[in-house]
Amino acid sequence: MDALINKRIKEVLKGDQNAFAEIVELFQDKLYRVCYRMLGNKHEAEDIAQEAFVRAFINIHTFDTNRKFSTWLYRIGTNLCIDRIRKKKPDYFLDAEVAGAEGLNMYSQIASPDELPEEEVLKMEMQDRVQYEISRLPDKYRAVIVLKYMEDLPLQEISDILEMPLGTVKTRIHRGREALRKQLSNM
Amino acid sequence: MNMCPDHIVHYMHEYLDGDISREHEQELKTHLESCSSCQQQMHELGKVTAFVQSASHISAPSGFAEGVIARLPKETSRVGMKRWFHGHPILTAAALFMILMSASLFASFNDDQQFSFTKQPNIVVEGEKVIVPAGETVKGDIVVKNGDIQIDGEVDGNVTIINGTLMASTANVTGNIEEINQVFDWLWYKMKAGAKEVASFLDGKEEK
Repeated sequence: MDALINKRIKEVLKGDQNAFAEIVELFQDKLYRVCYRMLGNKHEAEDIAQEAFVRAFINIHTFDTNRKFSTWLYRIGTNLCIDRIRKKKPDYFLDAEVAGAEGLNMYSQIASPDELPEEEVLKMEMQDRVQYEISRLPDKYRAVIVLKYMEDLPLQEISDILEMPLGTVKTRIHRGREALRKQLSNM
Repeated sequence: MNMCPDHIVHYMHEYLDGDISREHEQELKTHLESCSSCQQQMHELGKVTAFVQSASHISAPSGFAEGVIARLPKETSRVGMKRWFHGHPILTAAALFMILMSASLFASFNDDQQFSFTKQPNIVVEGEKVIVPAGETVKGDIVVKNGDIQIDGEVDGNVTIINGTLMASTANVTGNIEEINQVFDWLWYKMKAGAKEVASFLDGKEEK
């Protein structure tokens, strides 16, 4: 798999766009899925995932072929998603990082702007409900939870993708799980 | 709400991450057996995991890859050239050198449209024509640019005519006669002149 990717990357470096189309075919589902889970909107997910591939193409000469291509691609994608989320909700989570606090506390005090009434939530289809609960998570927990549980990625790879220490990834997964547990306590 | 030690919750997460140590797992199990609220929390956390994992695996919409390709910057001139330059630095430098050099040569060929010649004593100039009068001997080379030369006397050296003609004459020249009328001749002449200069420079050095 890696050998094939690296071969394709070499062809792309020589200016072969068709080789890049093959790379897109190989990774499009993964990247689109992550974007969709992060953003909760199909059009936005398609837009951002495509943008991520375009950036990967433009910057392909900076990719180190000794590393894993998917990690690099996920990093571009998650960064774009996080940027997009932050633009939509300007300073919403800025205060969330209170020193020493659980991190959840601030979040749980502020109602999400797209929070639905409980009876609406209970009527939801299971799949919509999953997406809804994910979208209520603060973006920094959302990224780790999506990568860990929806993409089944090892913690070390998540740490590489998000460029943060393994310890931080673990902490965020723990807090993300706690946040979800509180959100789901009425199930 | 619960009075259980904080590290128990931490162990629960370690357990869920799958990297709990044997001792921690043992401690967690013992605690859960005795504490119903922690048991409840553990159960809920497990449900969270299952809940999130139940999300169906969606695929990219059809036409996704085509959309990406359509959004790629045009591969043609700019990016392609840039990439090529990156890949072939020496060729790039050589090409750049050639472009600049030929530009300056062409420029000097076209700019030098004025009549000029090597100033030698005992030559006569009539309009754009240099005459070596009969009976005279010019010692040294003569270069005539954009003009003609008529040699009735003798020249003890080379005669070079650029953009001009050697008027039919007895032409008593000890050296070579060269007529240069085209750009490529001009280039060749420039190159030879350069080489000669280098050679004479080296000779001069050796003589010293």
